[in-house]
Amino acid sequence: MSELHTIQTNINGKPVEASVPGRLLLSDFIREELRLTGTHVGCEHGVCGACTILYDGLPSRSCLMLAVQADGHEIVTVEGLASNGELHPLQEAFKAKHGLQCGYCTPGFLMTLVPFLAEHPDPDEATVRDAISGNLCRCTGYQSIVDATLLAARQMREKAGAVDGSEATS
Amino acid sequence: MKPAPFEYMAPESVDAALQLKARHGAGAQWLAGGQSLIPSLNFRCLKPDYVIDLNGLRELSYIRFESGQGVRLGGMTRYHELEHSDVIRQHAPMMHDAIPYIAHDAIRSRGTLGGSLAYADPAAELPTVTTALRARYLLRSESSERWVQAEDFFVGMFQTVMQPDELLIEVEIPLPKAGAAWGFIERSRRHGDRVLMGVAATLTLQPDGTCADARLVYQNGAPAPRLAPQAAASLNGKALTDEHIVAAAKQAAYEEIDPESDVHASSAFRRQLAFELTQRALRDARERGTAAISEEGAGA
Ligand SMILES: Cc1cc2nc3c(=O)[nH]c(=O)nc-3n(C[C@H](O)[C@H](O)[C@H](O)COP(=O)(O)OP(=O)(O)OC[C@H]3O[C@@H](n4cnc5c(N)ncnc54)[C@H](O)[C@@H]3O)c2cc1C
Ligand code: FES
Ligand code: FES
Repeated sequence: MSELHTIQTNINGKPVEASVPGRLLLSDFIREELRLTGTHVGCEHGVCGACTILYDGLPSRSCLMLAVQADGHEIVTVEGLASNGELHPLQEAFKAKHGLQCGYCTPGFLMTLVPFLAEHPDPDEATVRDAISGNLCRCTGYQSIVDATLLAARQMREKAGAVDGSEATS
Repeated sequence: MKPAPFEYMAPESVDAALQLKARHGAGAQWLAGGQSLIPSLNFRCLKPDYVIDLNGLRELSYIRFESGQGVRLGGMTRYHELEHSDVIRQHAPMMHDAIPYIAHDAIRSRGTLGGSLAYADPAAELPTVTTALRARYLLRSESSERWVQAEDFFVGMFQTVMQPDELLIEVEIPLPKAGAAWGFIERSRRHGDRVLMGVAATLTLQPDGTCADARLVYQNGAPAPRLAPQAAASLNGKALTDEHIVAAAKQAAYEEIDPESDVHASSAFRRQLAFELTQRALRDARERGTAAISEEGAGA
């Protein structure tokens, strides 16, 4: 029953090989075996969103996946967002707009919103609220998270040169 | 909490998967998207001896349009794939519209069509939608294969006619007839929450404006997707006037469905909701049907 399965996966751009029991959750593998403790665990039944990671580029609940299912797939956790010591623009915006207080929910929001912004570079407020409807935050009341997301979207558009001058100053 | 120990198996073909299931029966659980199974394992509501992972079976993941026949969907096709499919948008637009109501992006990236049907949650979207679309499901075991019409598949809350050794392989949605129209509408407290009430209506509008083939199916109107055959029949052969729509909605909501009371809403409120949503769904269908007729007329 406790048979181990060898997996080869890629976490935040680095190849990882490990032996895992079938019942080990991906969230626990990430936190306890890899010691990447940025991925948080709240409910373990898919409703709080704290454990959200990217699995082959798509946001997924790591508490609803098995570690063996990482075999042959690519995983990005919140630790993989910053590059060369620079925070992702969404992380910067969360900082600037107080998008977090205790921070428990934050990794899940970030891993939900990064792929969302890639698909919706210019979202309106209602679309952002809809995008985070599967993530719970007990501190902020969400307003500052929405503000941070809209700010990040604008800054990312500006960086991509897609925004005209009048909008950039608004 | 964490799952109790089990033996994990990842077969590489449908045949191999069916052999394993034939051997282990009810002691083994299929693992599709895991979005309902893994919560049950985490809470130890289920403690299977074996978990047979279907995620390696690419042969069960497809969306095909066959002209003259309809749309064929593999059991392991994910919500995310259905949501972004042009075939679904064009040939099963009701499904296209219904999918974004299912949970959130992070659930839709994993959850599957076959998993949703097999799980048979009365509050789920796709059991109701595929029933309204007159779909049938292909079930296969190691030794046999059968097609089951959607309306014969669901027998109760989380219960279907599937045997422990069967796998839901494919969903076939027939081609709509000329003048086919539909309406789908649901209400929950917040987007992605468990639905309070939903209704899917399909019908065809004849060139003279009379209604035929009406079907009304309710999501969370009973322990399984619930048809309202008398209300639907009352619409056939008549023009879809507001008066007929209100009468049918009333009959369905107050006589043919059987919604439960729970912490989210009373049965009485759910009936009221069904009464209102049925009218809206039928008016949407009337609008779409009328547009389809005038388009076909213009094309002829
Ligand atoms: C936070 C959250 C919100 C949700 N909200 C909604 C919602 O709004 N609407 C909705 O419809 N659903 C919702 N769901 C449930 C979700 O849609 C599940 O994906 C679905 O119920 C099961 O599909 P799955 O592919 O994940 O199956 P799994 O969880 O892997 O399996 C479910 C059951 O079906 C069996 N099974 C799976 N595939 C097959 C098959 N091909 N043949 C035979 N048996 C099979 C499994 O053995 C298991 O018993 C939600 C889930 C979560 C976690
Ligand atoms: S811990 Fe995974 S969704 Fe809550
Ligand atoms: S910042 Fe505390 S839960 Fe969101």
